[in-house]
Amino acid sequence: MFENHAALLKFIFGRLTLDAFPIHEPILVGTFIVVATGGALVLGALTYFRLWGYLWSEWFTSIDHKRIGVMYMVLGVIMLLRGFADAAMMRAQQAFAFNGSEGFLPAHHYDQVFTAHGVIMIFFVAMPMIVGLINIVVPLQIGARDVSFPFLNNFSFWMTAAGGIIVMISLFVGVFARTGWLAYPPLSEYAYSPDVGVDYYIWGLQVAGLGTLLSGVNFVCTIVKLRAPGMTIMKMPIFTWTALCTNILIVAAFPVLTAVLALLTLDRYVGTDFFTNDFGGNPMMYVNLIWIWGHPEVYILILPAFGVFSEVTATFCGKRLFGYTSMVYATVVITILSYLVWLHHFFTMGSGASVNSFFGITTMIISIPTGAKMFNWLFTMYRGRIRYELPMLWTIAFMITFVIGGMTGVLLAVPPADFELHNSLFLIAHFHNVIIGGVLFGMFAGINYWFPKAFGFKLDPFWGKLSFWFWVIGFYLAFMPLYVLGLMGVTRRLRVFDIPSLHIWFIIAAFGALLIAAGIGCFLVQIGVSVLKRKELADTTGDPWNSRTLEWSTSSPPPAYNFAFTPIVYSMDAWWDMKERGYHRPLAGFKPIAMPKNTPTGIILGALSIAFSFGMIWYIWWLAALGFVGALAVGIAHTFNYNREYDLSADAIAGAEDERTRLLTAQA
Amino acid sequence: MKRIRILALLPLFALLGGCNLVVLDPAGTVASRQSDLLIESTGLMLLIIVPVIALTLFFAWHYRASNTKATYAPEWDHSTQLELVIWGAPLLIIICLGAMTWMGTHLLDPFRPIDAAATQRANGDANAPADANAHLEVDVVALDWKWLFIYPQYGVATLNQLAAPANRTIDFHITSSSVMNSFSIPALAGQIYAMPGMETTLYAVMNRTGTYDGFSANYSGAGFSGMHFPFESLASGDFDKWIAKAKADGGALSRSDYLQLEKPSENEPARSYASVETGLFNAILNECVEPGKMCLNEMAAIDERGGLGLAGINNVFPLEYDKEARRGAFGPDASYVASLCDPKHPMGMTAAAAGAAQASPAAPSLANGAPLRGAALPRPPFATFLGPPTPERPTSTSLPAPEPQTPAPPSRPSNT
Amino acid sequence: MTTLAETNDTLVATPLAGTRGGVAALQSAAQTPFYVLDEHPHPAGYSTQLGFWIYIMSDCLLFSVLFAAYGVLGGSYAAGPAPKDLFDLNIVALNTTMLLLSSITYGFAMLSMQSNSVGRTQIWLAVTAFFGLCFIGIELHEFYGMIREGATPQRSAFLSSFFTLVGTHGLHVTTGLVWMVTLMVQVGQRGLIEANRRRLLCLSMFWHFLDVVWIGVFTFVYLMGMLR
Repeated sequence: MFENHAALLKFIFGRLTLDAFPIHEPILVGTFIVVATGGALVLGALTYFRLWGYLWSEWFTSIDHKRIGVMYMVLGVIMLLRGFADAAMMRAQQAFAFNGSEGFLPAHHYDQVFTAHGVIMIFFVAMPMIVGLINIVVPLQIGARDVSFPFLNNFSFWMTAAGGIIVMISLFVGVFARTGWLAYPPLSEYAYSPDVGVDYYIWGLQVAGLGTLLSGVNFVCTIVKLRAPGMTIMKMPIFTWTALCTNILIVAAFPVLTAVLALLTLDRYVGTDFFTNDFGGNPMMYVNLIWIWGHPEVYILILPAFGVFSEVTATFCGKRLFGYTSMVYATVVITILSYLVWLHHFFTMGSGASVNSFFGITTMIISIPTGAKMFNWLFTMYRGRIRYELPMLWTIAFMITFVIGGMTGVLLAVPPADFELHNSLFLIAHFHNVIIGGVLFGMFAGINYWFPKAFGFKLDPFWGKLSFWFWVIGFYLAFMPLYVLGLMGVTRRLRVFDIPSLHIWFIIAAFGALLIAAGIGCFLVQIGVSVLKRKELADTTGDPWNSRTLEWSTSSPPPAYNFAFTPIVYSMDAWWDMKERGYHRPLAGFKPIAMPKNTPTGIILGALSIAFSFGMIWYIWWLAALGFVGALAVGIAHTFNYNREYDLSADAIAGAEDERTRLLTAQA
Repeated sequence: MKRIRILALLPLFALLGGCNLVVLDPAGTVASRQSDLLIESTGLMLLIIVPVIALTLFFAWHYRASNTKATYAPEWDHSTQLELVIWGAPLLIIICLGAMTWMGTHLLDPFRPIDAAATQRANGDANAPADANAHLEVDVVALDWKWLFIYPQYGVATLNQLAAPANRTIDFHITSSSVMNSFSIPALAGQIYAMPGMETTLYAVMNRTGTYDGFSANYSGAGFSGMHFPFESLASGDFDKWIAKAKADGGALSRSDYLQLEKPSENEPARSYASVETGLFNAILNECVEPGKMCLNEMAAIDERGGLGLAGINNVFPLEYDKEARRGAFGPDASYVASLCDPKHPMGMTAAAAGAAQASPAAPSLANGAPLRGAALPRPPFATFLGPPTPERPTSTSLPAPEPQTPAPPSRPSNT
Repeated sequence: MTTLAETNDTLVATPLAGTRGGVAALQSAAQTPFYVLDEHPHPAGYSTQLGFWIYIMSDCLLFSVLFAAYGVLGGSYAAGPAPKDLFDLNIVALNTTMLLLSSITYGFAMLSMQSNSVGRTQIWLAVTAFFGLCFIGIELHEFYGMIREGATPQRSAFLSSFFTLVGTHGLHVTTGLVWMVTLMVQVGQRGLIEANRRRLLCLSMFWHFLDVVWIGVFTFVYLMGMLR
């Protein structure tokens, strides 16, 4: 069958050879040793404490939205470490590569680092954290027992995780893309990037994107269909509103990403001519299409963060949210406008003055609802009683940081200014200013706020505050110099510099990155310390912050069924309203609740899509075929399972509820 | 208290003063206006940003839980007047900013020609050249990973160095040989993308002499960091000397030299070429420097007429170099569309000729599937003796840049 | 949370037999009930229709990108063949008929489902699948003819976008066929139970959606291509 040994090897391994393993790159070998040791320790510990069965049956196959949400968050935090390691390497490289020094990263490696940093931070840190938070909070906030499609939710998570794993494999097997995080052709075409890098990029994003899309469908349905009685659309909590808008954006934007990546895939695998230079292709179509996805994507990230800040501000100011209605309209206007601004990412393509000014002005218009939101938070603080718990600290830091980022964003939306500042470090500073200052601060506020709900104990405030200050100061030190450098005309993605006057700013930025590293470290310590002190920090009431929305009406952590009885909503601040009216917790009369059964299908499909993608990336066609057919077969087999629910008995519910009653009375 | 804070900021200002914020203090007319717009819009936005930050800090401090003297109104959540202000104030600012943007974008459009002479006369410079011919034409090509500048009016070219006389309008015509780059000189007029197969234009004028940084502002691969060049703004006489030096020092840049130059290389030292083959930039722009390859404008003209029919399918020629390269994992060998030829034009026919051939009943009609002789079809025997390309061969691309006899082939879209 | 604990104390003190009546009595004490007394869980598949609609909308966007790509690249023949050299409207008309017929027969399958006739439903599904197969077969034949002549997807951007748009539609139809066969097996196994009805309804939406997309392809690609 095979003419010779080489042909057989080629059949089995495709283009995967021993050269694909970067044994000659000390940084990667070191990383591998650390990861392998750490991984072995974790796996060993899991085995030693016999946790595999527990993890499998209680987490991996779980279709409980709260557990899936927690898994998303864990994924996000792990990937944050990788993404930050990349960032630190870039900062170090740029701080060293002066005065004739080449720095410590060759172009081959550095170009992968900044590509991976962007891809990982957006797709595998920000997105999982957003989706994770939505998963944990939204069903509870709308008084639902689970999401509309619980299995789909688990499947979505595993697809996202599979995408992350595909990207991570590229660290040790082969290379990642060296194209920048959006992989503009023709550079990302086969002709200019023939190795596996862009293929890792394509398949990683394609698999994760599918998960995100399905999760979007799921949450739109959940929010539209499963709200508790009485929760009209204008009584939905703001976080749920932003989650709804975000998921609508996901459903309306991710198919574009899927399609445009599919076209690039065809170009790379089949040799079609969508984005090629020859045969009538048009690379600029890719740039347009990817930003038609890409711009809504940044609002997908920021809207839920806005939601978090709204919840946090109202809770910790002890006050109703100012201007709920205008907040909702602002969210919806942002959602719609986010589709009309994509061209501002490439004014310098030369689309002509009228087109450029149209997109510039639509971009500026977005700042009006955003500004209104900012004022709404401000006037929620006005005449409040502000408690400076961690979530509120993050919110204040956000408000100050985000207006600066918003201002520089509007500057970049002025096309003539963009002709100077496009692709400069000013741009880098701007979008880190809004993504760190907005999304990431929002996620930290959200984590600190809802952690007690998810786990039953608060996060340690001391380490949290330490983490907060390191992050905030580190952020300003790391990114304000980039604004200055941008105004000095320094462009992004440079590896070496020869102008000595720039050096000091890069050193300051690197020092800022060091502080951020300390911030991340303190956050991890905060979690560790809190786990150790969980008795002390325990939340037995279910409502540790004296909050306003429904998720705080149930226990912390909530039982699998969330609510023994579905609450009825009369006010936007449903739980606050219940407390005011002297809420009686039902203690008896429980009825059995139909609950979805766990299933391993999601994780199996995730594993098969990794196999498929790996086969496609390395041209191991048998593996790709096996993965594809396997996934199809498993998917179809899953539809033959009609028995997906079970009844949680009234006794079991009564048991769980009695337990909570005991806790509550003991506390009183 | 506040004074102390401002004092604490002083070293920062000292640091800022020490560095060259070229974007805020540029030397070119366009860039100065861009910088003015930048500063004006910043000022406009600070009108709202500063009060917001100040209010945030004040409210955060004043309404802290421990300050029980502050008013507490837990149910207060609406005020129509306030709502009007919070929507109205940003709206007003955006209206102003939008108007500025609209005007600024149109005035500073890189495709908009500049009358440098008028600007200078307005500035009171009596020596300003009044004739429009004073424009300096520069053709810019982004290569992997270096910049080629062709001065068609002087017949010279330079690599990785650019010079221009101050106070004279420069017309840049920009394209790229392989991947996307961005031609950027912050001190002059900012940047515009250099895209393969497309031409962008940038009109600019320098008001000061001096040496400024130019570079690619769009990542283009491994050698991207080295894609920078000094841009010298010279006094008029110095520029003539510079051109003369370039002429004296350099060799020739023919098509075959260009094909060598085009291959990826990093950190190329600056050099100059005393002569440039006619029509080279046009051939680069239309991606037909390789002999026998169909030019994009030619292809566009043919496509406009409905393609070449089924007979055109096989008019594809394997690339002579990189024979092993494929187009995609399953794709065919790397190849290109061959230019058309007939006995009169053995190595290719212009779009005009092709059109004429199609229109004239005497010549073989190309669109109806009649026998067609393309470069991938057996060549006429005499053509094979021609061997590798020679400059004087009458290919379509060696026409001078303006093609008066060509019925204006539709240029490739430069955007979207 | 003393207020809560206090209420709990009073609640614990109240003798409650754990019956619904007990809770109801407690509830009626308050003017407005805090929670649903007589709860009916959402029926299985309560959100499925909406979810499937949303999925179809997102699929619509996928197609709109492919249509847009065709719109941009549809005239870039790279000096190769144009639509009028390649398309045979007779074949396309036949193909369109097949797909439209399959939509009608799927409608009959749904009607049979309404009247609870497993046998007739299965027959109409089989007829639908047959027409779908014909559609795929004819489309593959058309593709084969074009590729044999050398008009491959690699020849020009026009052909790339044509093959991708039409091929993606064909891929969707193929997926629909696999799904249909699966459903026929499931209907055979379990009859027209509620879950299967729901699935048949979803497939029906999917199938008609593909019809609508095909109308777009037919008009935009084939008819307008011939006029070009």
